[in-house]
Amino acid sequence: MLVGPSGSGKSSLLRTVAGLERPSAGRISFGSELWWDSERGIRLSSERRRVGYLPQDYGLFPHLTVAGNVRFAGRRDRSDLLEQFGIGHLARARPRDLSGGERQRVALARALARDPRVLLLDEPFGALDVITRQQVRDELAGLLTELQLPTLLVTHAFEDADVLADRVGVLDRGRLVQIGTPTELLDCPGSAMVAALTGANVLEGIAVPAGQGSVVRLGGSGELVSATPAQGRVEIAVHPWKLELVDPGSSRLTDTVVSLRHDRGGTLARLTRFTVQVPPGANGHSSLSEGSTVGLRAAPEDVRVLPARDDGSG
Amino acid sequence: MSEATSSSGRPQDEAGDWISALGRFAVALGTVIVIAVAVAFLLLPIAALVTYQPLHDLIHGFGTKFATDAILVSLRTNAIAFVLMIVLGTPFAYVVGRRRFRGRSIVVTLVELPLVMPPAVAGLALLVAFGPLGLFGGTLSALGIPNPVFRQGAVVMAILFVASPFYLRGAIAAFEAIDDTLLDVAGTLGAGSLRRLLYVAIPLAGGGLGAASAVAFARGIGEFGATILFAGSFQGTTETLPLAVYGEFDANLDQAIAIGVLLIAVSAAILLASKLLARLWTSSTSTSPSPAGRSIYAPR
Repeated sequence: MLVGPSGSGKSSLLRTVAGLERPSAGRISFGSELWWDSERGIRLSSERRRVGYLPQDYGLFPHLTVAGNVRFAGRRDRSDLLEQFGIGHLARARPRDLSGGERQRVALARALARDPRVLLLDEPFGALDVITRQQVRDELAGLLTELQLPTLLVTHAFEDADVLADRVGVLDRGRLVQIGTPTELLDCPGSAMVAALTGANVLEGIAVPAGQGSVVRLGGSGELVSATPAQGRVEIAVHPWKLELVDPGSSRLTDTVVSLRHDRGGTLARLTRFTVQVPPGANGHSSLSEGSTVGLRAAPEDVRVLPARDDGSG
Repeated sequence: MSEATSSSGRPQDEAGDWISALGRFAVALGTVIVIAVAVAFLLLPIAALVTYQPLHDLIHGFGTKFATDAILVSLRTNAIAFVLMIVLGTPFAYVVGRRRFRGRSIVVTLVELPLVMPPAVAGLALLVAFGPLGLFGGTLSALGIPNPVFRQGAVVMAILFVASPFYLRGAIAAFEAIDDTLLDVAGTLGAGSLRRLLYVAIPLAGGGLGAASAVAFARGIGEFGATILFAGSFQGTTETLPLAVYGEFDANLDQAIAIGVLLIAVSAAILLASKLLARLWTSSTSTSPSPAGRSIYAPR
């Protein structure tokens, strides 16, 4: 899975693998098969690569029925695939009459009718609203586990990666900046950009060595203790769920609440410099209100010191 | 004065209501008049043609040798020109509409040039290009190809030259409008260029192709200027319906009018058929949910 902000080249990369864009230089191979080699002049066209490519809006043919869309890929009737995906009853429906989840399953069934060696999914949830998005994502997670097919998925949302991916590569301005499991990226972001992508609060500060670790004096005011030794100008990353609200009087770091959003998982508090995920029933949870000043605390091992931003290649 | 404005304000309100009602009436009346004048201007000449002679005479005029010869020549030459235009023009429009290459905009402009050319000039141009003494006349005879001038081939060429730009222009636009991803996906699903053209591009551009071909056909069936200069007017060979109308104009006005009515009937039938086809087509390829269909976000 590839994650990156918009404009980082995710889609282009996927299209290049699918054979829809021509790289100016480089090599694309699948297993022992060479698909593209700019030096040796090997240019396998997209129709000969056997990839299952799903563009952002799934690219279903509007003039064909569901069965017709799937037949286009296999050149024969594939009602078995429709049944397998639970869309047999939609065989004669037109794409425009399908829900987002149904469209995705038709697109997947069509891609599989091609007997692809790799699935390429471009922002599979990009066109969906928040509620449908979660549902479709869970569905896809189940299907991908069932299919056991190598899959390359690009998305701008790290949470998708967290649910779906074994390994995640982070793209930034056309470069692969970090690759690892979702947990590795959360725990050891290689750069401020990666940390921000995983949802962390990223702040600048000046670190002073203290004991085994360091104390980071943040721009503005306040300080946080990190378990990582550091000195000089640094950036630190703390995830919203690793921050804890404490009494402002006894804290070395205070901030003001800008807005509060309550949901099942507790409260998401936006402060002027931080975002804090407050679990239900946490300390000070009930007295939280907009405009109030709160103290903040984080375990030293949860405060990550990042390499400076201009050395962001990780 | 103060009574009128401050105590009740009624007289002014009433006057205002009256004026605005009058205004609405004037706008409605104006709309009706404009529509009536436009419709009358367009339809009265046709009505005059149909009612010029007793219906019996008109129907008799349809059946004369003059009329049947002209209708056969018109249908035959237009059918051939139409098939050539679709078969050769569609792949051409697909390439120009989908590919980006140097000089593409020049090609598009050149295709549209015959649109602004007066038909008589187009006929002259064809004559000096392919006539016996024309630029390629010698080449044609050297190749053993009989010269088209004054033959039915010349009628087909004239129609093709004058009418096909209408089709090409619309077809290029229709192919340009196709969502790129659909053709991309077709490629990744293993479809080569021919399959992409036949099963994805043409069905998706179908509405636009149909509309453009109808305009071109209508232009072709009414073709006069280029045909009379390049092909001449010989009954049974090159005399199409429009040429027959002109030919009979001096000799037999009733006959000319009968042929004219026939021409209108043929054109109207084609226009109607193409509109019905286009409606069927767009309703089957539209990407927006059908009225009876479920919404994307409907719970399943």
